[in-house]
Amino acid sequence: MKLSILAILLGTAFVSSPALAADNPGTGILKAQCISCHAIAKPENASLDRLWERKGPDLYYAGSKFNKPWLVKWLQEPARIRPAGELYTRHVKGSDKEDVVDESTLTAHVKLSKADAEAVADVLMALSGPADLVSKGAFKGDKVSMSMGAMFFNKLRGCAACHQAKPGTGGSSGPELYTAGERLQADYIYSYIKNPQAIDPHIWMPTLNLAEPDLQRLTGYILQLSASEGK
Amino acid sequence: MNFRQRMPALLQAGLLVASGFLFSMPVSAEEPYTQNALRNYNTYCVQCHGINRNGKGINSRDMSVQPRDHSDAKGMGDIPNEEIFHVIKDGGLAVNKSVLMPAWGNVMNDDEIKELVAYLRFVCKCGSGQ
Repeated sequence: MKLSILAILLGTAFVSSPALAADNPGTGILKAQCISCHAIAKPENASLDRLWERKGPDLYYAGSKFNKPWLVKWLQEPARIRPAGELYTRHVKGSDKEDVVDESTLTAHVKLSKADAEAVADVLMALSGPADLVSKGAFKGDKVSMSMGAMFFNKLRGCAACHQAKPGTGGSSGPELYTAGERLQADYIYSYIKNPQAIDPHIWMPTLNLAEPDLQRLTGYILQLSASEGK
Repeated sequence: MNFRQRMPALLQAGLLVASGFLFSMPVSAEEPYTQNALRNYNTYCVQCHGINRNGKGINSRDMSVQPRDHSDAKGMGDIPNEEIFHVIKDGGLAVNKSVLMPAWGNVMNDDEIKELVAYLRFVCKCGSGQ
Protein backbone atom coordinates (compact mmCIF):
# COMPACT_ATOMS: atom_id res chain seq x y z
CA MET A 1 0.00 0.00 0.00
CA LYS A 2 2.79 2.36 0.94
CA LEU A 3 4.46 1.75 -2.39
CA SER A 4 1.33 2.54 -4.35
CA ILE A 5 0.89 5.80 -2.43
CA LEU A 6 4.49 6.66 -3.19
CA ALA A 7 3.96 5.84 -6.85
CA ILE A 8 0.92 8.13 -6.94
CA LEU A 9 2.86 10.91 -5.24
CA LEU A 10 5.75 10.52 -7.62
CA GLY A 11 3.39 10.33 -10.57
CA THR A 12 1.74 13.56 -9.49
CA ALA A 13 5.12 15.14 -9.02
CA PHE A 14 6.10 14.10 -12.51
CA VAL A 15 2.99 15.52 -14.11
CA SER A 16 3.43 18.82 -12.30
CA SER A 17 7.12 19.15 -13.14
CA PRO A 18 7.55 22.13 -15.44
CA ALA A 19 11.16 21.66 -16.47
CA LEU A 20 10.95 18.39 -18.38
CA ALA A 21 11.38 18.73 -22.11
CA ALA A 22 8.74 16.61 -23.85
CA ASP A 23 10.75 16.37 -27.05
CA ASN A 24 13.86 14.96 -25.36
CA PRO A 25 14.05 11.15 -25.38
CA GLY A 26 15.60 11.42 -21.92
CA THR A 27 12.23 12.47 -20.54
CA GLY A 28 10.68 9.15 -21.51
CA ILE A 29 13.59 7.19 -20.03
CA LEU A 30 13.38 9.21 -16.83
CA LYS A 31 9.67 8.52 -16.60
CA ALA A 32 10.07 4.80 -17.29
CA GLN A 33 13.18 3.99 -15.27
CA CYS A 34 13.99 6.66 -12.70
CA ILE A 35 10.93 8.02 -10.96
CA SER A 36 10.09 4.85 -9.06
CA CYS A 37 13.14 5.60 -6.87
CA HIS A 38 13.92 9.28 -7.40
CA ALA A 39 11.76 12.40 -7.03
CA ILE A 40 12.06 14.70 -10.02
CA ALA A 41 9.77 17.37 -8.59
CA LYS A 42 9.99 18.83 -5.11
CA PRO A 43 7.92 16.65 -2.77
CA GLU A 44 5.05 18.51 -1.16
CA ASN A 45 5.54 16.65 2.10
CA ALA A 46 9.25 16.45 2.88
CA SER A 47 8.70 14.53 6.14
CA LEU A 48 10.90 11.98 7.87
CA ASP A 49 8.33 9.34 6.86
CA ARG A 50 8.92 10.29 3.29
CA LEU A 51 12.70 10.04 3.75
CA TRP A 52 12.22 6.45 4.93
CA GLU A 53 10.01 5.69 1.96
CA ARG A 54 12.31 6.97 -0.75
CA LYS A 55 14.72 4.55 -2.39
CA GLY A 56 17.23 6.98 -3.82
CA PRO A 57 18.34 10.59 -3.60
CA ASP A 58 16.05 13.31 -4.93
CA LEU A 59 16.79 14.49 -8.42
CA TYR A 60 14.53 17.54 -8.71
CA TYR A 61 17.60 19.75 -8.25
CA ALA A 62 20.00 17.53 -10.20
CA GLY A 63 21.04 20.44 -12.44
CA SER A 64 22.25 22.37 -9.40
CA LYS A 65 24.00 19.34 -7.94
CA PHE A 66 25.81 17.26 -10.54
CA ASN A 67 28.48 17.81 -13.14
CA LYS A 68 27.09 16.65 -16.46
CA PRO A 69 30.19 14.74 -17.69
CA TRP A 70 30.12 12.71 -14.48
CA LEU A 71 26.39 11.96 -14.91
CA VAL A 72 26.88 10.74 -18.47
CA LYS A 73 29.76 8.50 -17.41
CA TRP A 74 28.17 7.20 -14.20
CA LEU A 75 24.82 6.35 -15.80
CA GLN A 76 26.69 4.00 -18.13
CA GLU A 77 28.88 2.50 -15.40
CA PRO A 78 27.10 3.09 -12.10
CA ALA A 79 29.28 2.44 -9.04
CA ARG A 80 27.76 2.57 -5.58
CA ILE A 81 28.12 6.00 -3.98
CA ARG A 82 26.45 5.22 -0.64
CA PRO A 83 28.20 2.13 0.78
CA ALA A 84 25.18 1.28 2.95
CA GLY A 85 22.51 2.36 0.49
CA GLU A 86 19.54 4.55 1.25
CA LEU A 87 18.24 4.65 3.91
CA TYR A 88 21.27 3.04 5.53
CA THR A 89 19.36 1.63 8.54
CA ARG A 90 17.44 -0.62 6.17
CA HIS A 91 20.66 -2.12 4.84
CA VAL A 92 22.79 -2.80 7.92
CA LYS A 93 22.86 -5.82 10.18
CA GLY A 94 24.64 -6.70 13.39
CA SER A 95 27.69 -8.95 13.42
CA ASP A 96 30.19 -10.31 15.93
CA LYS A 97 32.02 -7.01 15.67
CA GLU A 98 30.67 -3.85 14.05
CA ASP A 99 27.44 -3.64 12.07
CA VAL A 100 27.97 -4.57 8.44
CA VAL A 101 26.21 -3.79 5.19
CA ASP A 102 23.63 -6.43 4.30
CA GLU A 103 24.53 -6.70 0.63
CA SER A 104 21.51 -8.93 -0.06
CA THR A 105 19.21 -5.95 0.49
CA LEU A 106 21.00 -3.65 -1.97
CA THR A 107 20.17 -3.58 -5.64
CA ALA A 108 22.32 -2.43 -8.53
CA HIS A 109 21.50 0.88 -10.17
CA VAL A 110 20.01 0.79 -13.64
CA LYS A 111 22.64 1.01 -16.38
CA LEU A 112 22.09 3.04 -19.54
CA SER A 113 23.59 3.05 -23.03
CA LYS A 114 25.76 6.02 -24.00
CA ALA A 115 22.97 7.65 -26.01
CA ASP A 116 20.41 7.13 -23.25
CA ALA A 117 22.82 8.37 -20.58
CA GLU A 118 23.42 11.55 -22.57
CA ALA A 119 19.70 12.09 -23.10
CA VAL A 120 18.89 11.54 -19.41
CA ALA A 121 21.78 13.79 -18.32
CA ASP A 122 20.39 16.53 -20.56
CA VAL A 123 16.99 16.29 -18.91
CA LEU A 124 18.44 16.06 -15.39
CA MET A 125 20.70 19.07 -15.87
CA ALA A 126 17.59 21.12 -16.74
CA LEU A 127 16.13 20.35 -13.30
CA SER A 128 17.65 23.19 -11.32
CA GLY A 129 15.29 23.05 -8.33
CA PRO A 130 14.36 26.02 -6.12
CA ALA A 131 16.44 29.13 -6.86
CA ASP A 132 17.65 29.51 -3.27
CA LEU A 133 18.71 25.87 -2.82
CA VAL A 134 22.38 26.41 -3.63
CA SER A 135 24.40 29.56 -2.89
CA LYS A 136 25.77 30.39 -6.33
CA GLY A 137 29.37 31.59 -6.21
CA ALA A 138 29.72 30.69 -2.52
CA PHE A 139 32.88 28.63 -3.03
CA LYS A 140 35.77 30.99 -3.65
CA GLY A 141 37.94 28.43 -5.39
CA ASP A 142 41.02 28.70 -3.21
CA LYS A 143 43.45 25.80 -3.20
CA VAL A 144 43.58 23.92 0.09
CA SER A 145 46.54 22.17 1.65
CA MET A 146 45.60 18.50 1.52
CA SER A 147 47.22 17.78 4.88
CA MET A 148 45.33 20.66 6.49
CA GLY A 149 42.11 19.59 4.76
CA ALA A 150 42.58 16.02 5.92
CA MET A 151 43.13 17.16 9.48
CA PHE A 152 39.83 19.06 9.49
CA PHE A 153 37.99 16.31 7.61
CA ASN A 154 39.23 13.48 9.80
CA LYS A 155 39.96 14.91 13.21
CA LEU A 156 38.72 18.43 13.84
CA ARG A 157 35.27 18.26 12.23
CA GLY A 158 34.74 14.50 12.20
CA CYS A 159 33.49 14.16 8.61
CA ALA A 160 35.32 10.85 8.20
CA ALA A 161 33.05 9.29 10.81
CA CYS A 162 30.40 8.91 8.11
CA HIS A 163 32.19 9.56 4.81
CA GLN A 164 35.04 7.86 2.96
CA ALA A 165 37.77 10.13 1.62
CA LYS A 166 39.61 7.04 0.34
CA PRO A 167 37.99 3.85 -0.94
CA GLY A 168 37.40 1.54 2.01
CA THR A 169 38.47 3.94 4.77
CA GLY A 170 36.01 5.92 6.88
CA GLY A 171 32.30 5.69 7.53
CA SER A 172 29.62 4.07 5.41
CA SER A 173 26.36 5.83 6.23
CA GLY A 174 27.11 8.83 4.03
CA PRO A 175 28.07 9.02 0.36
CA GLU A 176 31.72 8.42 -0.50
CA LEU A 177 33.54 11.66 -1.18
CA TYR A 178 36.55 10.50 -3.18
CA THR A 179 34.61 11.05 -6.40
CA ALA A 180 32.55 13.97 -5.09
CA GLY A 181 34.65 16.64 -6.78
CA GLU A 182 34.07 15.01 -10.13
CA ARG A 183 30.44 14.28 -9.30
CA LEU A 184 29.25 17.47 -7.66
CA GLN A 185 29.30 21.20 -8.31
CA ALA A 186 31.48 23.17 -5.87
CA ASP A 187 28.67 25.46 -4.70
CA TYR A 188 26.46 22.45 -4.06
CA ILE A 189 29.14 20.86 -1.87
CA TYR A 190 29.52 24.15 0.02
CA SER A 191 25.76 24.61 0.46
CA TYR A 192 25.17 21.01 1.52
CA ILE A 193 27.93 21.09 4.15
CA LYS A 194 26.60 24.42 5.42
CA ASN A 195 23.05 23.18 5.86
CA PRO A 196 22.25 19.66 4.67
CA GLN A 197 18.79 19.89 6.20
CA ALA A 198 17.88 22.84 3.96
CA ILE A 199 18.60 20.80 0.83
CA ASP A 200 17.63 17.34 2.09
CA PRO A 201 15.09 17.69 4.94
CA HIS A 202 15.57 15.24 7.86
CA ILE A 203 18.70 13.71 6.31
CA TRP A 204 20.97 11.87 8.76
CA MET A 205 23.76 14.40 8.33
CA PRO A 206 23.95 17.02 11.09
CA THR A 207 24.09 20.76 10.48
CA LEU A 208 27.25 21.77 12.30
CA ASN A 209 27.12 25.61 12.17
CA LEU A 210 30.55 25.62 10.53
CA ALA A 211 32.33 28.95 10.13
CA GLU A 212 33.05 30.30 6.64
CA PRO A 213 36.75 29.29 6.60
CA ASP A 214 35.71 25.72 7.47
CA LEU A 215 33.14 25.65 4.67
CA GLN A 216 35.70 26.90 2.15
CA ARG A 217 38.40 24.52 3.40
CA LEU A 218 36.21 21.41 3.44
CA THR A 219 34.69 22.19 0.05
CA GLY A 220 38.14 22.72 -1.44
CA TYR A 221 39.47 19.55 0.18
CA ILE A 222 36.58 17.44 -1.16
CA LEU A 223 37.01 18.90 -4.66
CA GLN A 224 40.75 18.14 -4.62
CA LEU A 225 40.18 14.62 -3.22
CA SER A 226 38.51 13.68 -6.45
CA ALA A 227 41.68 14.43 -8.36
CA SER A 228 43.97 12.58 -5.96
CA GLU A 229 41.89 9.63 -4.75
CA GLY A 230 39.09 9.12 -7.22
CA LYS A 231 41.13 8.12 -10.21
CA MET B 1 15.76 -7.69 22.83
CA ASN B 2 15.89 -7.82 19.08
CA PHE B 3 15.41 -4.26 17.84
CA ARG B 4 15.65 -5.19 14.20
CA GLN B 5 12.60 -7.41 14.37
CA ARG B 6 10.72 -4.88 16.37
CA MET B 7 11.53 -1.90 14.18
CA PRO B 8 9.41 -2.52 11.08
CA ALA B 9 6.24 -3.13 13.04
CA LEU B 10 6.78 -0.02 15.10
CA LEU B 11 7.61 2.02 12.04
CA GLN B 12 4.47 0.87 10.30
CA ALA B 13 2.44 1.67 13.36
CA GLY B 14 4.09 5.08 13.47
CA LEU B 15 3.19 5.76 9.87
CA LEU B 16 -0.43 4.88 10.49
CA VAL B 17 -0.73 7.24 13.41
CA ALA B 18 -1.83 10.51 11.89
CA SER B 19 -2.31 12.52 15.03
CA GLY B 20 0.61 14.39 16.55
CA PHE B 21 -1.01 13.92 19.94
CA LEU B 22 -1.03 10.16 19.61
CA PHE B 23 2.51 10.28 18.26
CA SER B 24 3.79 11.71 21.51
CA MET B 25 2.13 9.06 23.67
CA PRO B 26 4.29 6.26 25.06
CA VAL B 27 3.75 2.92 23.35
CA SER B 28 2.79 1.09 26.50
CA ALA B 29 3.63 0.88 30.17
CA GLU B 30 6.49 -1.50 29.37
CA GLU B 31 7.86 0.69 26.61
CA PRO B 32 8.01 4.21 28.00
CA TYR B 33 9.19 5.93 24.85
CA THR B 34 7.54 7.45 21.81
CA GLN B 35 7.37 6.15 18.27
CA ASN B 36 8.99 9.38 17.24
CA ALA B 37 11.99 8.78 19.51
CA LEU B 38 12.44 5.27 18.15
CA ARG B 39 12.30 6.51 14.60
CA ASN B 40 14.71 9.37 15.28
CA TYR B 41 17.12 6.91 16.89
CA ASN B 42 16.87 4.65 13.85
CA THR B 43 17.47 7.59 11.53
CA TYR B 44 20.27 9.52 13.25
CA CYS B 45 21.88 7.38 15.97
CA VAL B 46 22.10 3.88 14.48
CA GLN B 47 24.79 4.92 11.98
CA CYS B 48 27.31 5.07 14.85
CA HIS B 49 25.62 3.57 17.91
CA GLY B 50 24.49 0.48 16.05
CA ILE B 51 21.42 -1.47 15.07
CA ASN B 52 21.74 -3.29 18.41
CA ARG B 53 22.41 -0.06 20.34
CA ASN B 54 25.79 -1.41 21.46
CA GLY B 55 28.09 1.29 20.06
CA LYS B 56 29.04 -0.91 17.09
CA GLY B 57 27.41 1.04 14.27
CA ILE B 58 28.30 0.72 10.61
CA ASN B 59 30.55 3.79 10.97
CA SER B 60 32.34 2.68 14.13
CA ARG B 61 35.01 0.46 12.54
CA ASP B 62 37.40 3.28 11.64
CA MET B 63 36.52 5.73 14.40
CA SER B 64 39.36 6.85 16.68
CA VAL B 65 36.95 7.12 19.60
CA GLN B 66 34.31 4.43 19.83
CA PRO B 67 30.65 5.46 20.11
CA ARG B 68 28.92 5.03 23.47
CA ASP B 69 27.35 1.62 24.08
CA HIS B 70 23.73 2.56 24.84
CA SER B 71 22.98 -0.90 26.16
CA ASP B 72 25.60 -0.52 28.91
CA ALA B 73 23.55 -0.02 32.08
CA LYS B 74 26.57 0.97 34.17
CA GLY B 75 28.11 3.43 31.72
CA MET B 76 24.80 5.03 30.79
CA GLY B 77 23.51 4.96 34.35
CA ASP B 78 26.32 7.25 35.45
CA ILE B 79 25.24 10.01 33.06
CA PRO B 80 22.42 12.33 34.19
CA ASN B 81 19.56 13.13 31.81
CA GLU B 82 20.67 16.76 31.49
CA GLU B 83 24.08 15.70 30.23
CA ILE B 84 22.63 13.25 27.71
CA PHE B 85 20.31 16.02 26.47
CA HIS B 86 23.27 18.42 26.23
CA VAL B 87 25.44 15.95 24.30
CA ILE B 88 22.71 15.17 21.77
CA LYS B 89 21.80 18.83 21.28
CA ASP B 90 25.27 20.40 21.31
CA GLY B 91 27.61 17.54 20.46
CA GLY B 92 30.51 15.78 22.16
CA LEU B 93 32.80 18.81 22.28
CA ALA B 94 30.26 20.65 24.46
CA VAL B 95 30.95 18.18 27.27
CA ASN B 96 34.66 17.64 26.54
CA LYS B 97 34.00 14.43 24.64
CA SER B 98 34.69 13.48 21.04
CA VAL B 99 33.95 15.72 18.05
CA LEU B 100 32.78 12.52 16.35
CA MET B 101 29.51 12.93 18.25
CA PRO B 102 27.96 15.82 16.31
CA ALA B 103 25.42 18.36 17.55
CA TRP B 104 21.88 17.36 16.55
CA GLY B 105 20.21 20.54 17.80
CA ASN B 106 19.61 21.76 14.24
CA VAL B 107 17.94 18.49 13.27
CA MET B 108 15.82 17.62 16.31
CA ASN B 109 14.01 20.12 18.52
CA ASP B 110 14.26 20.12 22.33
CA ASP B 111 11.10 18.04 22.79
CA GLU B 112 12.36 15.40 20.38
CA ILE B 113 15.72 15.28 22.16
CA LYS B 114 13.95 14.86 25.51
CA GLU B 115 11.98 11.96 24.05
CA LEU B 116 15.25 10.48 22.82
CA VAL B 117 16.72 10.73 26.34
CA ALA B 118 13.72 8.76 27.64
CA TYR B 119 14.25 6.18 24.92
CA LEU B 120 17.93 5.85 25.88
CA ARG B 121 16.88 5.18 29.47
CA PHE B 122 14.69 2.39 28.17
CA VAL B 123 17.54 0.95 26.06
CA CYS B 124 20.09 0.96 28.90
CA LYS B 125 17.60 -0.25 31.50
CA CYS B 126 19.33 2.11 33.88
CA GLY B 127 16.63 4.04 35.70
CA SER B 128 15.25 7.48 35.13
CA GLY B 129 18.48 9.49 35.38
CA GLN B 130 16.80 11.94 37.73
